[in-house]
Amino acid sequence: MDVPRLFILNETIRNLYFHVCMWFAMMILFIVSLVYSIKYLRTGSIQQDISASQFAAVGVLMGLLGYITGAIWANYTWVTDQGQSLAAVLKEPKLIGAAIALLIYGAYFVLRGSFTDIDKRARVSAVYNIFAFSMLFPSIWIIPRLVGSLHPGSPGSDSGNPALNYNDIDSRLRLVFYPAIIGWTLLGVWIATLRIRLNQIADKELIK
Amino acid sequence: MIQRTIALFRKDMLLEWRQLHTFYGILLYVAATIFVIYLAMDSSPNANTWNSLFWVIQLFVCVNTVAKSFLQEGRGRMLYFHSITAPEEFILAKLLFNALLMLIMNIVSLGLFFLFLGNPVSDSFKFLAISMIGGISLSLVFTVMSAIASKAQHNAALIAILGFPVILPNLLLIMRLSKTAFAEIFDAGAVWQLTGLVLMMDVLVIVLSIILFPFLWKD
Repeated sequence: MDVPRLFILNETIRNLYFHVCMWFAMMILFIVSLVYSIKYLRTGSIQQDISASQFAAVGVLMGLLGYITGAIWANYTWVTDQGQSLAAVLKEPKLIGAAIALLIYGAYFVLRGSFTDIDKRARVSAVYNIFAFSMLFPSIWIIPRLVGSLHPGSPGSDSGNPALNYNDIDSRLRLVFYPAIIGWTLLGVWIATLRIRLNQIADKELIK
Repeated sequence: MIQRTIALFRKDMLLEWRQLHTFYGILLYVAATIFVIYLAMDSSPNANTWNSLFWVIQLFVCVNTVAKSFLQEGRGRMLYFHSITAPEEFILAKLLFNALLMLIMNIVSLGLFFLFLGNPVSDSFKFLAISMIGGISLSLVFTVMSAIASKAQHNAALIAILGFPVILPNLLLIMRLSKTAFAEIFDAGAVWQLTGLVLMMDVLVIVLSIILFPFLWKD
């Protein structure tokens, strides 16, 4: 299918179907994980804790995939096309935000690993999940809007969205873009449910 | 509730006063670190390096200062607090005390920075105010991290692992904000916008800790 040809982006605009959608999927999965953490603190059932941790794990997977697709894309547009150095690219506000998100969930799993008591692990990691999520996401949503960057949609875009200029998206792109968001998210949900069921079988005695 | 919070706060002050060696230990840590930087630098650093060094030092000082706030409370004492106070009062007192402790460390390290590494700051009072705001934000976040890490084993190392990614956005905001004291020109209103953002994050941390601490508290 044909795509609009924008300056610098050209054919790489197709990365919208992968990179942007994976970030969407990651955010949705992290939000689901947050909801399960809150549910755990309300009910105290281990089942919610398993769901929270597995959705977070799949969120990290989507985040890594989004990072990789973004890096490949940036290699062709920023580094080779615009002659940016790698050090400058890594200081991109959006890359910093993404890296922080992955670090936080890395820390979440380190925290989980440091407990032997299952109930304590579930409770403390739920607290950390809620705290870290609420510290992280305002900054991911606010900071990129305050500072300029190379990222498409960013410099002087009227839409106010730092990662995506809605005026740039052609309806030909939308045709694939919206289903792709749903598709990647559902793929993530499917992987997460498989892992949740696996864990439920492993901890059968714990869940009454 | 305020009364009991203040009583707990005073108890922390009193404990610190009776164990002044830990306080001096942290002061020595600050002084030694800044002295090492002074020796490692050939000449006084330029404004940008100075600013980044200052905040990196603040980060590590904060980890060291705040980390012990929950570690020093033994199991038995926690049970005792559990029986006499509500968790909200306990965490508020801790937040208040650590913020105060961090403010002192902040002023001391700023003085040492001026002494050893020169003064590239064009508006020292503005920088002092910004560094105090920053120090409070750091101490609030690390207090909560200390509370979380105290529930796990190997907690001293865990504080850094848990805290650094969480504090990063905050720290970036503060570092950017502190550049106004180096006479960097900002857009009109941007300084207040950034200050407001940092303060909002502080409020967020306090509210979250009040909501979430009761869950950490009961064992």
